[in-house]
Amino acid sequence: MEMEMEIRVDRDRCAGSSLCVSYLPDVFDQSDDDGKVLLRTAEPGADAAQAVRGVVTRCPTGAITVRARDAQEVRDA
Amino acid sequence: MAPDAEHGRREEPLMSKPINTAAHIRRNGIEPPPELARISAETPLVQVEAEGLLFSGRHWLATGYDEVRAILGDNRFKMLPPAQAKLGGGGQVEVGNLLQYDPPDHTRLRKMLTPEFTLRRIRRLEPFVAEIAEDCLDALESAGQPGDLVRTFAVPIPGLVGCALLGVPRDDAADLARNFNASRAVANFGNRIDDRERERQRAAGNAFVTYMRRLVRQKRRTPGDDLLSMLIRDHGADITDEELTGTAATLMGSGIENVGGMLALAPLALLQYPDQLALLLDRPELIDRAVEELIRYLSSVPNSIPRYAGENLRVGGHLIKTGELVMCSLLAVNRSQLPGVPRDTLDITRENSGHMAFGHGIHHCLGASLARMELRIGLPALLRRFPKLRVAVPPEEIRFRTWTPNYGVDELPVAW
Ligand code: HEM
Ligand code: HEM
Ligand code: SF4
Repeated sequence: MEMEMEIRVDRDRCAGSSLCVSYLPDVFDQSDDDGKVLLRTAEPGADAAQAVRGVVTRCPTGAITVRARDAQEVRDA
Repeated sequence: MAPDAEHGRREEPLMSKPINTAAHIRRNGIEPPPELARISAETPLVQVEAEGLLFSGRHWLATGYDEVRAILGDNRFKMLPPAQAKLGGGGQVEVGNLLQYDPPDHTRLRKMLTPEFTLRRIRRLEPFVAEIAEDCLDALESAGQPGDLVRTFAVPIPGLVGCALLGVPRDDAADLARNFNASRAVANFGNRIDDRERERQRAAGNAFVTYMRRLVRQKRRTPGDDLLSMLIRDHGADITDEELTGTAATLMGSGIENVGGMLALAPLALLQYPDQLALLLDRPELIDRAVEELIRYLSSVPNSIPRYAGENLRVGGHLIKTGELVMCSLLAVNRSQLPGVPRDTLDITRENSGHMAFGHGIHHCLGASLARMELRIGLPALLRRFPKLRVAVPPEEIRFRTWTPNYGVDELPVAW
């Protein structure tokens, strides 16, 4: 069973690759002003967990982190 | 104007004598050099001797997944300083080429450009790309078979997209394309070309850059609604004319080299895997995954730009000393090292392979969404128009651009 998770994005690190928003448009968005990531929701629910983890790994700059509720932070840099 | 005319004739191929170079560069076909997967498996990071690259001599070659991610994700590995590098049309494009910058200058320039390449902006260009794809196919069809897919389809599409993006007036596109094409063979660094030819190509490359310089000055005077004008409007005081010129030349050049390569290689790959082609024709909704998979499989930028270690750095148990050069093989990783992706299988239903064909880290391809979009529009348009598309020459006669940093074919005669 996947746990509930909380997503954080580091907009300073983000390179504006559009990768996250193209894979998970319900979770991620992209600012028209600076091209960087925005979150539509920080808690997408357990169903999205695996897909979010996939995007965390793919983000070229390690700008996305997820924290499983009551667990340690997972970062992929 | 017909796309064909705008792009003029492609230059005669220059005969090449293979030079002695490392295995990770040599590729002659859709598949990677056979020894590459073995190099990855046995020596994911190793010192090699190579000749005729951006630099010659000893350097590190990274072919392992973790090693490549570690290197490209670490800004202490720096880009070649302009004094050492010769990137861009035979050496002209140094200023304004993001791949020659480290933070903080890289950050400053990249920040100005990213808003121009958001998914939303790119999607707005889709109808325009669909239109030029059809124009190109009209030109190909009306010229009769066999026709060259490179000259009439693969190169004109990104060329015209680049012109639209930069606000190049239609009347200037033909001249610009001629000069760009004439300068391209310089990048084919394995070619042995005589001094006169080299001079001619350099002159063409210079003319290309000179045009961009004029364009920038004109946009400063009378801005429009194109990318250059937006940059000038929003950041005019923070970016020099030379930086704008280099930016324009690199964006145009990268689009043509990279997307132009893929728009010929991708159909070729599908023709070599008829089951995958049939699947795509049967289920057109697979196009997004198919494009992503083809980008991975073909890895048309097979190697990253070389980095050098800004300090002593440890990677995978090796010590890379200050100043030593590192080249990352994206092709090796994408074809044999991705977790969960079996070696050398093209599967257009694959989801999120985690490939690195657009690089990794802060230099991750700026044009990735644009490239995906051009392929997502261009490929189906081609397959719809010519469902019986075939290559019109025997496989051994296809001339692959073995010695260029951006892989592709010199020409691809097709019939339908
Ligand atoms: C995203 C865009 C681009 C990428 C990823 C890219 C990639 C590369 C790489 C990896 C190399 C090093 C090759 C090696 O040492 O093996 C290289 C060299 C080179 N590139 Fe690019 N390139 C891009 C855009 C361009 C453009 C726009 C031009 C020309 C207008 C260009 C012309 C050249 C030339 C001439 C060299 C070789 C220089 C030499 O032989 O010493 N590239 N490129
Ligand atoms: C399928 C097509 C393409 C492929 C495979 C590709 C591949 C790459 C790769 C591998 C890099 C990183 C190189 C490195 O870190 O050494 C890169 C960077 C870059 N690409 Fe692309 N590219 C493609 C299309 C485009 C297009 C269409 C454009 C422009 C409109 C473009 C513009 C750039 C730029 C400006 C960079 C440098 C980014 C930076 O340094 O921050 N590319 N590309
Ligand atoms: S994938 Fe990473 S770098 Fe790309 S837009 Fe999302 S957060 Fe930014």
